[in-house]
Amino acid sequence: MDLNYSTEDLAFRAEVRAFLDAKLPQDLSDAVRLGRGLGKEGHDRWHSILNEQGWLAPTWPEEYGGCGWNAVQRHIFEEECCRAHAPRIVPFGLTMLAPVLQKFGSDEQRAHFLPKILSGEHWWCQGYSEPGAGSDLASLRTRAVRDGDHYVVNGQKTWTTLGQYANWIFCLVRTDPDAKQQEGISFLLIDMDTPGIEVRPIILLDGTHEVNEVWFTDVRVPVENLVGEENKGWTYAKYLLTHERTNIAGVGFSQAGLDAVKRLARQQIHRGRPLIENPHFAARLARAEIDLMAMATTNLRIISAAAQGQAPGVESSMLKVKGTEIRQEINDLARRAAGAYALPFAAEALAGDNSALAPPEGSDTVAAQYFNNRKLSIFGGSNEIQKNIIAKVSLGGRT
Amino acid sequence: MNFQLTDERQMLQDSLRRFLADRYTVAARTEAIADPSGYSPAIWTQLADLGVLGALLPEAVGGYGGAGFDIATVFEELGRAGVVEPVLDSAVLCGALLCGPGDAQPSPRDREYLERLVAGDLQLAFAHGEPTSRYERTWVETTATGDGQDVVLTGRKTVVVNAEAAELLIVSAREGGASGDRDGLSLFLVDPQAAGVRMQGSALLAGGRAAEVELDGVHLPHSARLGTAGGAATRIETALAAAEVALAAETLGAMETATRLTMDYLTTRQQFGRPIGTFQALQHRVAEMLIEVEQARSAVINAAGHLEDTPQTRDRHVAAARNLIGRTGRHIAEEAIQLHGGIAMTAEYELAHIAKRIVMAEHRFGDADTQMERFIDLSAA
Repeated sequence: MDLNYSTEDLAFRAEVRAFLDAKLPQDLSDAVRLGRGLGKEGHDRWHSILNEQGWLAPTWPEEYGGCGWNAVQRHIFEEECCRAHAPRIVPFGLTMLAPVLQKFGSDEQRAHFLPKILSGEHWWCQGYSEPGAGSDLASLRTRAVRDGDHYVVNGQKTWTTLGQYANWIFCLVRTDPDAKQQEGISFLLIDMDTPGIEVRPIILLDGTHEVNEVWFTDVRVPVENLVGEENKGWTYAKYLLTHERTNIAGVGFSQAGLDAVKRLARQQIHRGRPLIENPHFAARLARAEIDLMAMATTNLRIISAAAQGQAPGVESSMLKVKGTEIRQEINDLARRAAGAYALPFAAEALAGDNSALAPPEGSDTVAAQYFNNRKLSIFGGSNEIQKNIIAKVSLGGRT
Repeated sequence: MNFQLTDERQMLQDSLRRFLADRYTVAARTEAIADPSGYSPAIWTQLADLGVLGALLPEAVGGYGGAGFDIATVFEELGRAGVVEPVLDSAVLCGALLCGPGDAQPSPRDREYLERLVAGDLQLAFAHGEPTSRYERTWVETTATGDGQDVVLTGRKTVVVNAEAAELLIVSAREGGASGDRDGLSLFLVDPQAAGVRMQGSALLAGGRAAEVELDGVHLPHSARLGTAGGAATRIETALAAAEVALAAETLGAMETATRLTMDYLTTRQQFGRPIGTFQALQHRVAEMLIEVEQARSAVINAAGHLEDTPQTRDRHVAAARNLIGRTGRHIAEEAIQLHGGIAMTAEYELAHIAKRIVMAEHRFGDADTQMERFIDLSAA
């Protein structure tokens, strides 16, 4: 056992920190720190800064432009980015689609699409979920029918994150309606400029426009945009989902969130003292921090095993459940710390000129973040599904 | 023991529930939220005509109720329907401030305001919270100092609900004593248009509007004072107790709706070829929600039934109810969202609004932790 990072790891951390100090634009880190939206421009700007540095694709093999970092280095990079309030790297092209193309795509697809992901020319979104197919993804109904050199796609996708900014979507579509559920599904790449595609916003309970419905009406997709083999899409989808679960624990987000709660609780006055000194608030804060400390080590244990070549199994489900529970608890503490200042609606408070009568910094977005992050335990395979997986794997041979 | 509502209250509950079921549709509520005033003036008038505002105030001032169970009955229904109209702020909170505690007799001026309130013709707001007060009810740093003929108010009030729509603000200020003292607090009726009053409004996350209010040397005649100089603490505490009973009952109603919507959804939503309500893991969670709603109902009954008791007993029950509802409300709001999945995250689905009402209620007059501290203090006394 050695709980310390190696000398090389520490040097790497210093290098990352120096880069962030020099290159992370202040306006972007302010927006992240205060829980405000970045817009497409903000995401694009950070994307191109990272690309210029060669640090955009930590999970890619070096031959495609990846960084060649091991799991511990990737973890350090994520942790430092969170600490510096760097924007989240939009994952759809980089960490979801790219591994699928690298493993299952054709040479032409790899040569055409991978560079455009790095350059930012293509903004990808994910076409998995449908209104009737959430946790039960295999029940999806969007149809693709072969017609000469094209597939003709009809159906509806939902919860399409940042689809309003995307110009490409990767979709699971049903190509054989007579096959058993998980067979007969194919993996298609679709240009969002194709006639017949309509993107409709879904406004979330915190007032944000982050997800969309995407409707397909007789959308003609060239057959060369099929990834791998027809009717084998489920295999690729499952492979993608294992990659979606990188950084599933969100330790860096939780640490940044905890720091934000502490900042707020130092500013807030309760009975004439800073709230952070209040024993009941302090106790709740301490419990969240203790849980986070243990989870961070669980995360490192799994990362360390992965760096030594062991494939994570049920552990990623455990990290999803615990990681999201802790993040949501920290969001709850943040809204509590804000007191009555949590009541105003961020979208309007931010639009108005509150300069003279401004609430404490960061307090006006905490309730919106609390509500927005209820999604953490729902998406990417709900926590109930994760518990089913844990139970099935653990009890599988016994009952 | 008799836990039945009186005939009058039962009638009021039935008619209010029918009215809201018919008229307070999701579309109507969305319109009220978007209105620049933060509420629907048409609905407000109809609530007054229905007798809802009168039920919250005693006969002596033109109402026909005002007891804890009157307030609880009305607010459970308002909560069930997710009503955003400022009934709590104008009628319960400011109504009680104007009435005064115990057997106090409102002045002819205050009586006239109360009559207009019952008639649905007056909006009010209580400007009490401050940047350093958090949820402490006597922590007031705004000062009221004498200046010859006038009283001069200087200070800052935060998140004053309904301030922009209010014809009058009731402002707490200190004429003596130190922050946190009960003595030295006074209340003043302030015209929001008066020189030196500055307001910055914003919508509230769960509907309605509030404003930050700056009082920069606002000159008032001594007659603007409500009640006695420096003796307003009891009046404030009595009004806040009534408002907390209202809020607890409103949250209970919203918790019932969240639970009902969740049960409806579990029986219709199909995944893996069957309704998700057939999964035992989810059934047990609904069972817990139902148990918590009953606990919350009992806590509201305790608080409402002790609203006319001595301040010590009253506040102990109110703090207990708000702590329990703070805890169980959060649990039910979060479970309802989780059991629904993504659909509950969308602004247009009813549960999103109801869940926000439940959670944000905790941010008024003290969250579960603050209420627990209050309960501990009151139990030790």
